Amino acid sequence: MLQVQNIDVYYGKIHAIKNISFEVKKGEIVTLIGANGAGKTTILKTLSKVLKPANGSIILKGNDIKGIQPHDMIKMGMAHAPEGRRIFSQMTVLENLEMGAFIRKDSKDEQQKDMETVFRRFPRLKERKNQIAGTLSGGEQQMLAIGRALMSKPEILLMDEPSMGLAPILVDEIFNIIEDINKAGTTILLVEQNANRALQIANRAYVLETGKIVTSGDAKELMNKEEIRKAYLGG
Amino acid sequence: MIFIQQMINGLQIGSIYAVIALGYTMVYGIIKLINFAHGEVMMMGAYFAFLAASAGMPVWAVFLISMVGSALLGMAIERVAYKPLREAPRISALITAIGMSLFLQNLALVIFKADPKVMPRIIPTTPINIGSIQISNITIITFTVSVVFMILLTFFISKTKPGKAMRAVSEDKEAATLMGINANSTITLTFAIGSALAALGGILYALAYTQVAPTLGVLPGLKAFVAAVLGGIGIIPGAMIGGFILGFVETFAKAYISGRWADAIVFGILILVLSVKPTGILGKNVREKV
Repeated sequence: MLQVQNIDVYYGKIHAIKNISFEVKKGEIVTLIGANGAGKTTILKTLSKVLKPANGSIILKGNDIKGIQPHDMIKMGMAHAPEGRRIFSQMTVLENLEMGAFIRKDSKDEQQKDMETVFRRFPRLKERKNQIAGTLSGGEQQMLAIGRALMSKPEILLMDEPSMGLAPILVDEIFNIIEDINKAGTTILLVEQNANRALQIANRAYVLETGKIVTSGDAKELMNKEEIRKAYLGG
Repeated sequence: MIFIQQMINGLQIGSIYAVIALGYTMVYGIIKLINFAHGEVMMMGAYFAFLAASAGMPVWAVFLISMVGSALLGMAIERVAYKPLREAPRISALITAIGMSLFLQNLALVIFKADPKVMPRIIPTTPINIGSIQISNITIITFTVSVVFMILLTFFISKTKPGKAMRAVSEDKEAATLMGINANSTITLTFAIGSALAALGGILYALAYTQVAPTLGVLPGLKAFVAAVLGGIGIIPGAMIGGFILGFVETFAKAYISGRWADAIVFGILILVLSVKPTGILGKNVREKV
């Protein structure tokens, strides 16, 4: 699905991502874990073309995305639920979902069907569909951000800290939803600070430290490694 | 009676300010730039109308040519002057806007010369008497046309796909890009619509005052800017409200205080708004959610 080969990313003079390679296979949940500032969000932004890598290549479904415009990435089947949700807070819930389906050229009925699917997954969004999105609670906003990303019918979904700032009970709900979305056929690349929960649902994981991948492997195996437990899972 | 007469005059000039203020506010909403060349786009729109009218075109063609011509001009200004500065500090773009304003004024001076041109009467003026009040048909046309375009714009922004994309880009350009919205073409569209509305204001202004000159856009442009700030810059209904309020204030100041003081009072409003409620009538205090 996605192959990242030897990318370097700079913020001005800061070398944020150092020669990183990883891959996400079709149907997987892959998670990137690591401390604040390790470069997780930078990687997702680079995949979405918001940032440009200095070198290396990113191959999505067999195509190099080098010449693709940022706004065309979603047409290639990649959606991105960004860090901090970034919903359109002055627009209604319904309008936010419509924006998620912006690139779709199929019929209104088809889009309506997918909107119903989103509403089935997030019944609270249906109750509030005509409400201005900025008035939703944090958890509801996160659901809206995920629902919006799903409206483009992505093959691969990039999720940046979906559990950030949520109450523990909602964190569980969000992780269940991520698993569900994956089971329904969407490949997922998940960035999380909540390494424990991320590893529980992921197939594979990459551990980042200051812009470098230090360890990678099967998520369950990583969970049992002494040094991972100490550094990321609280002992 | 004088009061009602002035009220009607206020509606006429207010609706002109409102359509011009819309362009200011839309552009500010999407790229956070006060486009000081906006008044000059209005002036060029008035000249386009003058040229079309002088060539004997029918009324609808005069409006169409002027508005389309100005939309293209607005898109060209954005492409040449503002787009290269998209990532530059905001002050650079602001200075460029002032430069663009001076450039267009002087360009008009070179092409059309300094002496004002008389706008052909494409719509014959007929006074309409209601009791002891006399209203010019131009007043009614100005008000009606402005309101129709404001309704069209409101519909476009709230209901159509490109209109919603415009709101999305205004709110969060990066998130909009992630949704597949082409932010650059959305910005171009905003300039086109704002400039067409400026041209509409220019034609209505030229019809009301029957003259077209290179400095035509300066004062109405500034007043429309005050109107946009008064209503809450970046907020579309705010520009409409601000435009009408400004029209009323100016007309009543002229009628009841002094013609000389009218402009001072209008610009005094800007100072007052900036010191009391800088976000304007409909503006909310910006609160960053962490």
